[in-house]
Amino acid sequence: MSDVMLQEAISVAASLMLLISFALLAQHRLLSVLHWFAAQGVVLALTTLLVAVISGHYELYFSALMTLLLKGALLPWLIWRIIRKMHVHREVEPLVNMPVTMLIALALVLISFYVALPIERMSQLVTHNTLAIAIATVFLGMLMMITRKKAITQVIGFLSIENALFFTAVGATHGMPMIVELGVAFDVLIAAIIFGLFFTHMRNTFDSLDLDVIQEKSKR
Amino acid sequence: MTGTMNWFVFTLLSPLIGGLLLAFIRQPARSSAINIGFSCATLIGSLGLAVAVLQQGSHEALAGFFFLDAYNVFLISLTSFVSLTTSIFSGPYMRFEWLHRDLPEQRLRLYHAMFQLFVFGMLLGFTTNNIGVLWIALELATLATVLLVSLYRTPASIAAAWKYFMLAGMGIALALLGTILIFFTSSTIFGHSNDALTWTLLFAHAGELDASVMMMAFAFLMVGYGTKIGLAPMHAWLPDAHAEGPTPVSAVLSGLLLNLALYALVRFKMLVDGATGTAMAGHIMIAFGLLSLLIAALSLHKQHDIKRMFSFSSIEHMGLMTVAFGIGTPLANFAGLLHMTVHSLVKSGIFFTVGHAAQAMGSQNMEQIRGLIRHHPGIGWGLLIGTAAIAGFPPFGVFTSEFLLFSAILDTYPWLILPVLAGLLVAFAGLFRFVQPMVFGPVPAHAVAIEANMLPVYIHFALALLLGLAIPGPLANWYEQAATLIAGGAAL
Repeated sequence: MSDVMLQEAISVAASLMLLISFALLAQHRLLSVLHWFAAQGVVLALTTLLVAVISGHYELYFSALMTLLLKGALLPWLIWRIIRKMHVHREVEPLVNMPVTMLIALALVLISFYVALPIERMSQLVTHNTLAIAIATVFLGMLMMITRKKAITQVIGFLSIENALFFTAVGATHGMPMIVELGVAFDVLIAAIIFGLFFTHMRNTFDSLDLDVIQEKSKR
Repeated sequence: MTGTMNWFVFTLLSPLIGGLLLAFIRQPARSSAINIGFSCATLIGSLGLAVAVLQQGSHEALAGFFFLDAYNVFLISLTSFVSLTTSIFSGPYMRFEWLHRDLPEQRLRLYHAMFQLFVFGMLLGFTTNNIGVLWIALELATLATVLLVSLYRTPASIAAAWKYFMLAGMGIALALLGTILIFFTSSTIFGHSNDALTWTLLFAHAGELDASVMMMAFAFLMVGYGTKIGLAPMHAWLPDAHAEGPTPVSAVLSGLLLNLALYALVRFKMLVDGATGTAMAGHIMIAFGLLSLLIAALSLHKQHDIKRMFSFSSIEHMGLMTVAFGIGTPLANFAGLLHMTVHSLVKSGIFFTVGHAAQAMGSQNMEQIRGLIRHHPGIGWGLLIGTAAIAGFPPFGVFTSEFLLFSAILDTYPWLILPVLAGLLVAFAGLFRFVQPMVFGPVPAHAVAIEANMLPVYIHFALALLLGLAIPGPLANWYEQAATLIAGGAAL
C-alpha cells in the first residue's frame, strides 16, 4: 500500500519538477527565473519529506530540512542580494530565441525517455518514467547553462542541475547515504561561495556580468 | 597492518593540516618553506605506504572506508612526488611573480593554502573506497584549482576560470548522475547503505549488477569524468585554464588532476566490464581517446601561447592513455600506467621550464620567446630535452610506453595503429616547429635575466630517462600487478 502511495507521490513530484524546469527556461525576467528556482527548492524539500514519511528513513527528515533551508531559502536569497546590489534586473537574453529553446527542450525530454527505455522497472519505487524525467531535468538545466549569456542565469542553471540530481537520488534510491549527501551539499555550498566571489571579480574587472562582454574584453 | 595505518593517516592528514596552517601564514618566504615541508612530509608518508602495500598486498584501512592496492598506491606516490617538486619550483617562481606582477601577499596565502588543499583532494580521491566520496574529492580538487587559475585576477584569467568552473561543473554533474545510477542498481543488492557505494564490494559483486543500468551509468561517467580528463570534444576549458593560471598550477593540472579523473574512469570501467561482460565500455573509451588525440594534434599547430600549445599536448597524451586503458589487455594497461607516470614527470617538468622562459622573455607568446639557449642555457636545454622526451624520442620513458602501446594495439585492434601513429606524428611536427625557433637563434632585446630553479626539472627528466632505459625491478613488478588488476585479473 505504502509503496503505491510513494510511487504516486513521486510521480506527481516528478511532473512538478519537469514543469518547473520548463518554466525556468521560459522566463524573460531574471527575478522570475529566481522565483521559479526557489520554487524548485521547495518542491524538492517537500518530495524529500514525503519520501521520508512514507519510507521511514529518518535521515531523510534531516535532508528535507537542509534542502528547504539551503535550496529553498539561502541560495535564492543570496542570488537575490547579488541581483539587487549589481543592478542586473535587465531582461534575460538567450543565445537562442525562446521558441527554438522550447523545441530543443522538448527534444531533450524525448531523448531522456528513449535513454531510460531499457530500464523497465528497477525497484518497486521507481518506474522508468520517473527516471526519464529526472534525466530530462538534468538536461534542461544544462540547456539553460548553455543558452544564457548572463553569469547569474548560468549559475541558476548549474544549481538547478544540482536540484535535479538530488531529486533523482531521492526519487530513485531514497537519497544517497548521509555521508555522501553531506559531502555533496558541502561542495555545492563552497561552489556557491566561489560563484559569489567571481561575481565580484567580474563586476570589478569587466563592469558586467554578461559573458559576451567578458569574452570580448578578455581578448584584448 | 598498523604500520600501514599510521603511514596512511599521516599521508592524508599532512596536506590537510598544511593547507589550514598556510591560510594563516603571512610572510611569503616562510609560507613557501612551510609548503615545501608539508609536501615533503606527504611524500615520505606515501613512500612508506607504498613499501607497506608492496610487502603486505592490498587491504582496506579505517573500517573499510579507504582501501589501498597496487593501482592507487602507485598514483599516490606519483602525486606526492610531483607536488613536492612543484612546491620547490614554486618558491622562487612565485617570489618573482609577487615582485613583478604586484600580486598581493594575501593572494600568495590563498595560493599556498589552495595548493595543499588540492593535494589533499587528490589523495582523498585516490584512496577512498566510496565512489560517492571519490566524486566529492574530485570536486574539492577542482574547486581549489578554480581559485588558483583565477589567482592573477586579470580579465583573461577570470574568463578562463569561469569557463573551467562551468564546464567542470557540468561534467561533474553528469558524473554524479552516473554515480547515482550505480547506487540505484547496487542498492537492490546491498540495501540502502554505504556498502552499495563501496568500491571493493561492488567489484566483488560486479556480475550481479544490472547490465543495462551500468552501461547507462558508464555513458554519463564517461562524459562527466571525460570532461575532467580533458577529452575532446569536452576539452574547451583545459587550454584556457592552463594558459591563464600560474605555472605551478598548470604543472599540477596536467601532471596530476587529469590523472585522478582518468583513475576514476578506469575504476568504473572495471566495474562495468564485470557487470556487462562485454568490451563496450572499452570501445567507448577508445573512441573518445582517439578523437582527443587527433583533435589535439591538429589544434596544437594553431597556437600562439606556449602554455596553450603544451596543454594541447596534454590532451593528446591523455587521449593516448584513454586508448590504452580502453584496449584493456594487461600489456595495454602496463603501457597506460607507464605513460601516466612519464607524462606526469615530463609534462610538469616542461611547464616549470616554460614558466621560467615566459618570465625571462616577459611574455607567453611564442613569437616573443627566442634564443633561450643563449640567454639562459639551463632553460633552453630544459625545453629542448623536455620536448624531445614528450615527443617520444627513444631514450626516454615516453618512447617505451608508446612502443608497448603499439604492440598492444597490434595484438588487438591492428587497424588502430594508423590513426594513432598519424596523430602522434602530427603532434611531433607541431612541437618541433614551435620549439626549435624558441630555443635557438639570437637573444631578443626584451629578455631579462632571471634566477631560475631548474633542479626539479632535471630530476623529472632524469627519472623519465631512467624509466626509458631500464624500469627498476620492483617498479616493473608493481606496474605488472596493477596492470593485471585493471585487466580484471585476481586482485594481487
